Amino acid sequence: MSPTPRPSASLYARGITKSFAGVRALVDVDLDLPAGQVTALMGENGAGKSTLLKILSGDYRPDAGRIELDGHPHAFASPLESRAMGVRVIAQEPEIVPYVSVAENIYLGVLPGRFGRVSQRQLTAQAERDLARFGFTGLLDPRSRGVDLSPAQRQMVEIMRALVDDAQVICFDEPTSSLSETETAVLFALIARLRDEGRAIGYVSHRLREIFQVADVVTVLRDGRLIGSRLVAETSETEVVRMMVGRDLSAMYDRTRTQPGDVALELVGVTTEDVRDVSLTVRRGEVVALAGLVGAGRTELALAISGDRPILSGELRVDGVPRRFRSPADAIAAGIALAPEERKADALIMVRSVRDNISLAALRQLSRLGIVNRALEHDMARRYIDQLRIRTPSMGQIVQNLSGGNQQKVVLARWLARQPEVLVLDEPTRGVDVGAKAEIYAIIDDLAAKGAAVLVISSELPEVLGLADRIVVMQNGRVTGELDRAEATEERILTLAIADHLSAEGARP
Amino acid sequence: MSTTATVPATDRSSRLHRDHGLRRAVLAIGVQNLSLLLAITVLVLSIGSQNSAFYLTSNLKTIGMAVTISGLLAVVQTVVIIMGGIDLTVGSVAGLASVSSAMIFSQAGAAVSIVAALAIGAVCGVISGAIVVFGRVTPMIATLAGLIAFKGVAQLVSDGRAQGYTGADDLYIFLSRGSVIGVPTLVWVLAVVAVLVHLMLRYSRVGRNIYAVGGNDTAARLSGVNINRYIIGVFVLAGTVAALAGVLITARTGSGQPVSGSEGLEFQSITAAALGGVALRGGKGTIGGTILAVILLGVLLNGMSLLGVNPFWQNVAQGTLLVAAVVIQQLRSGERRVGLPK
Repeated sequence: MSPTPRPSASLYARGITKSFAGVRALVDVDLDLPAGQVTALMGENGAGKSTLLKILSGDYRPDAGRIELDGHPHAFASPLESRAMGVRVIAQEPEIVPYVSVAENIYLGVLPGRFGRVSQRQLTAQAERDLARFGFTGLLDPRSRGVDLSPAQRQMVEIMRALVDDAQVICFDEPTSSLSETETAVLFALIARLRDEGRAIGYVSHRLREIFQVADVVTVLRDGRLIGSRLVAETSETEVVRMMVGRDLSAMYDRTRTQPGDVALELVGVTTEDVRDVSLTVRRGEVVALAGLVGAGRTELALAISGDRPILSGELRVDGVPRRFRSPADAIAAGIALAPEERKADALIMVRSVRDNISLAALRQLSRLGIVNRALEHDMARRYIDQLRIRTPSMGQIVQNLSGGNQQKVVLARWLARQPEVLVLDEPTRGVDVGAKAEIYAIIDDLAAKGAAVLVISSELPEVLGLADRIVVMQNGRVTGELDRAEATEERILTLAIADHLSAEGARP
Repeated sequence: MSTTATVPATDRSSRLHRDHGLRRAVLAIGVQNLSLLLAITVLVLSIGSQNSAFYLTSNLKTIGMAVTISGLLAVVQTVVIIMGGIDLTVGSVAGLASVSSAMIFSQAGAAVSIVAALAIGAVCGVISGAIVVFGRVTPMIATLAGLIAFKGVAQLVSDGRAQGYTGADDLYIFLSRGSVIGVPTLVWVLAVVAVLVHLMLRYSRVGRNIYAVGGNDTAARLSGVNINRYIIGVFVLAGTVAALAGVLITARTGSGQPVSGSEGLEFQSITAAALGGVALRGGKGTIGGTILAVILLGVLLNGMSLLGVNPFWQNVAQGTLLVAAVVIQQLRSGERRVGLPK
């Protein structure tokens, strides 16, 4: 389809800066993706890796900085323009049209054919030729339908799209997160070949071991800034981890120390569809952090604890009593509350008022004979708006119009109003500005001091270290370790969260 | 950042308190309701200026009785839409209830026939709700199927003809032609149902949870609301009230009508709800707004026939109103104008 093959090209990004609603995601970042090299991009969750990739793919436009491809500056104003320049980002979960063939999926948007007529036979033949050309024969059948593909095959379709388009700069965004060992090996061999053909490869991953297998150079981002680049041959896992962490703990985390009380929540060997054999305890007055990478199974565990996902085996005890929840309503009745990760999608009723959102879980307490006592409700909303300092012009204000931090406080207020024994908070400070963050930490501290058992899921290590009395680390649906506040460091948590020796030993199905 | 953002907000609210009562009243009634009131006033004045028969008490009664049937359906449609659903079966359920009530009446008398018709409506609601919840079919498709199927059942049992004769029964006569303190019984029925539903939505825990389910069903579930029970319950309410409308159709015509008198009412009920400011995505809306819209529609249709407008224009007018109401709603929501609407 592309009659003249593109020449090899190197991509250089200089001084890339990008902010979202005042939050600086990238600050003055340089990135080199030279032809014939695999460059790994590493950093913690929120370090800015995805934002950088989205700028390369044309999904976002940088606020400042420039991108040079083969010596010429380019705007990358849209995904189409980025592709036209031969730059492709292989998405973690590619868009695959479910009920059409692999062949059609590969040539999506560039279907060959004359006068709008597409010949299935020609299409399949061409797909077979192209698959053979890039060494995919036997791995991908051009006739199978999108919906029948494994995660690895879906990714191969996406890679094929880039290759038939003769992309010269290809970036992979955590490509192995859903791949098996064998599939990973196939992918790595392919990446090596693409590099040897002179393409520039970018590779984003959390997994240290992979970086050392596949990459030539590793570039580390932290808090949206470039920390440095190292030749993989000349660095070590320890050095990369040190580059990824190592930042000041601010005085935001001022914890009241209390003697923990009885065990309020206990999990013994809990297994669900997503997590295996999880045991942990949370005592009254204690804040336990659940650390790990995105996708480690923490959110799924939280949903199981709060009755929204079935527990297949193992036991959940509240105050020592074994419980089986069939719905969140059961869990709430037993004193367990969950503030979910996706605040807007899963927690808030955006078109209703602050008052309605605060009282939602406590309506039963506020009503007699099914009639809500509006005076009591008003007082309750007033009390928590004051206590949590929710900044809203009135309690009748629609939640949609509040800032992210204040919205999160409304969610917290809903559960404080319900007075739970166990509070599970999934990423309580995601997308919240620094000021509101500190206030939310103070609220959590206050809750624990008053005797609640708090389980906080967080992907931000400073938050985990600052907030928690104990830290439970998960990886691939399992608990890989537990650290006391005194012994925890970012390095140790990160090692438990990403080190592959544990998953290599224990995670074999 | 956050402090500078809050300053104007507090400013605005304190200015609000100092404001004159008029402005507060405007905000309390709502811009949407005020525009409806304005539209009704303009419509009444312009129709009246063309044909003074419009103002006759008899004509007002005609409007009142005409809006009762569609008003009942609009009130329950409002509840269904607030909960995030839609019920296209209400017209067919009314027809089915109408023939059933007349046929049961000839066997078992007035009271039994009315209760049985309401029960049949409730069963229709259970069926719709169960298909939605357990069959995982969107309300639009599930009730579209019900719209056709329930109409078919009504035609089957009646052989497609009007059934029975209730015109000599005291209870049915009271429903159709009686009045209490000078107001027709029919209008009373609508008023009582509308007030009850209004009170439920506004003051009861059940009502508040209906808004929550419509606003965000995941949030409602994670906050302990048994959302399946609510969805089925609301469809049962819709079926029962639609059946009540069917009983009134029987009363007015003196016999059971499988199709005529009820066909197309599902459309009118949705138009009224949308005009009344009920968000078609759920979570927002009031009975007051819907009732104003029902009155607006009733006045409009009555005026058109008084002025001798070709009746086919009525459908054009209703379709146009529905689209206009929804377009205004969507544009105000600020969604990006790309691709299929959410």
